[in-house]
Amino acid sequence: MPATYIRGKKTDNMENFIEVKNLSVSFDVRAGILLRTIGTIQAVNDVSFSIKKGEILGVVGESGCGKSTLARLILRLIEPKSGSVKFDGIDIFQLSKKELRQQRSRMAMVFQDPYSAMDPRYTIFRSLSEPFQIQNSRFKNEERRKKIDDLLKLVGLDPQHGFAYPHELSGGQKQRADIARVLTLTPPFIVLDEPTAALDVSVQAQIIKLLEDLREKLDLTFLFISHDLSLVSYFCDRVIVMYLGCVAEIISADLIGEHAQHPYTKALVESIFKTKPGQKNQAPPLEGEVPSPFNLPPGCVFVSRCKYAQPICREQPPVLEKSAEAGRVACHFPLS
Amino acid sequence: MTFLEVRDLEVEFRVDKKPVKPIEGISFELNEKEVLGIVGETGSGKSLTAHAILGLSTLVGGKIGGSVKFKERELLSISENEMQSVRGDQIAFIPQNPMTSLDPVYRVGDQIVEGLIQHAKVSKREAKPQVIKLMERLRIPKADRVFQQYPHQLSGGLKQRIVIAMGLCTNPQLLIADEPTTALDVTVQAQIMRLFSEMTRDRGIGLFLITHDLGVIAQVCDKVAVMYAGRMVEFGNIEPVFNTPSHPYTEALLDCIPYIGMKKGSLSAIDGNVPSAGNYPSGCRYHPRCQHSFSPCGTNVPALNQIEGGTRVACHLYQGKKD
Repeated sequence: MPATYIRGKKTDNMENFIEVKNLSVSFDVRAGILLRTIGTIQAVNDVSFSIKKGEILGVVGESGCGKSTLARLILRLIEPKSGSVKFDGIDIFQLSKKELRQQRSRMAMVFQDPYSAMDPRYTIFRSLSEPFQIQNSRFKNEERRKKIDDLLKLVGLDPQHGFAYPHELSGGQKQRADIARVLTLTPPFIVLDEPTAALDVSVQAQIIKLLEDLREKLDLTFLFISHDLSLVSYFCDRVIVMYLGCVAEIISADLIGEHAQHPYTKALVESIFKTKPGQKNQAPPLEGEVPSPFNLPPGCVFVSRCKYAQPICREQPPVLEKSAEAGRVACHFPLS
Repeated sequence: MTFLEVRDLEVEFRVDKKPVKPIEGISFELNEKEVLGIVGETGSGKSLTAHAILGLSTLVGGKIGGSVKFKERELLSISENEMQSVRGDQIAFIPQNPMTSLDPVYRVGDQIVEGLIQHAKVSKREAKPQVIKLMERLRIPKADRVFQQYPHQLSGGLKQRIVIAMGLCTNPQLLIADEPTTALDVTVQAQIMRLFSEMTRDRGIGLFLITHDLGVIAQVCDKVAVMYAGRMVEFGNIEPVFNTPSHPYTEALLDCIPYIGMKKGSLSAIDGNVPSAGNYPSGCRYHPRCQHSFSPCGTNVPALNQIEGGTRVACHLYQGKKD
């Protein structure tokens, strides 16, 4: 078994905290007065991976690749067509409503848009005390207030911010408040869906540093979704690259720059604009745009934009196979 | 001859009967065929600077001060009628969001033709083949079919190309592009930016590029102006400004950007938030967040001074060290 590295430290043979197996979901598209099904959108297609305790797993891809749908599936906010998600050994799709609600206190999600993630008519304090009410927490009023004050301090806000309404806070402060809300029941697993996409770079850096700090202090495990490959490669231990609902490659974050094996991963790396003026990108950018996920053709989903495509790529979908260094790649002709 | 020369540009709005200056003290110049990038965080006044150059801020009740000289002609003192012939004809503007800047009820081809008829005084029949040719040069596949389509039928990248075609159709000498790739995916952004560079270089068009993406600036621009809270803090050639930043804000901003291969835990952030217009701190507006701030920073506004290497910096650390 190859060694895994978490936050640069070597850890071996740890069991999987989250295990996702053959997860698929599709949405029927209906049209006309009779609402006949005219096709399906395969949003997430046979996705399998695992997350170890304490790990930060990144999911990266362009819009429409199924990143957010995947996040919602893992928390069972939507039901899958097939597949399973095991959370700490429990298959969450087998749970009854009541059991699921109990498990929910152990998993949480930070949403992309801090402007709409909080109820505008609730003060921050009230938003933060809601999880306690829903989960019938043992905390009484006094304790609850103290706990919320502590949480606000933990995320770098002032307890005074508890009296504020969301519109009174800046984007960064709102995202901090949202992170505090997520932490109320101290869940060990948090899904972060583009938590910094709406923020400026200086504030993005603040939030990333806060998350790094919280992970260390509270022993958290993250699934981090982003379209920003530089950010994902910096913040995460391993990265899943998705394209049109399929996993193209699972790769250690340290290897993504030089040793990407899937042509799409490589194209993503090459489309980054570096902040060093001298280091110009020589490679021509990827042609075309992500095709519509409506009625996907057989074969590899990336074939229409891949410059290495061969006849077999149009006929047979590639299987996600083990590649070097504990990575996996779904390509008939992986780059070396 | 300086192509575009902006001196002490400012815009004043009245909010609750009090004057508020969201931007002031903006000075820079651009030579012919050069690409200038303006970078800054949300609310730093990037877009407003572009609007002021085009005289658009007066249309929304703003008062523009200072001087904007385009090919030695003062744009701020000419009439709105004259300005209308400058806009689109000589200086074209590509707005921020291609999703909302196209009219949903008109075919995209007709929207490009409209600008051409207005400025180049050609008939509709003459305009159409010109527009299709331009669309083909912008690598729009099946241009004659796309010409007939409505905005909602096109992808984000195609819509952006249409908006670029609208800007280029009158053969302007200067193109102002406000965040042209922000709404696009990374691979499409790379295509569009490459196209921008080619089109402006081939036609000898000056480009004034507004973006918050420092990577795009580094790869595309010859010169860069860094803005913070409505003022320009650093201006110069791209290499010195990005490789050896002089202003503490430029330096800190560049350090906030993660890159592939960056060591975990080494990302640095700027504490605090960008102040909003009307709540700007006294003295240097960056001083509450600056690690190098000392006694004069809180009271005196630093002037934009030229330092060694030709870069201009507005920072007390460099006052008295004139070139």
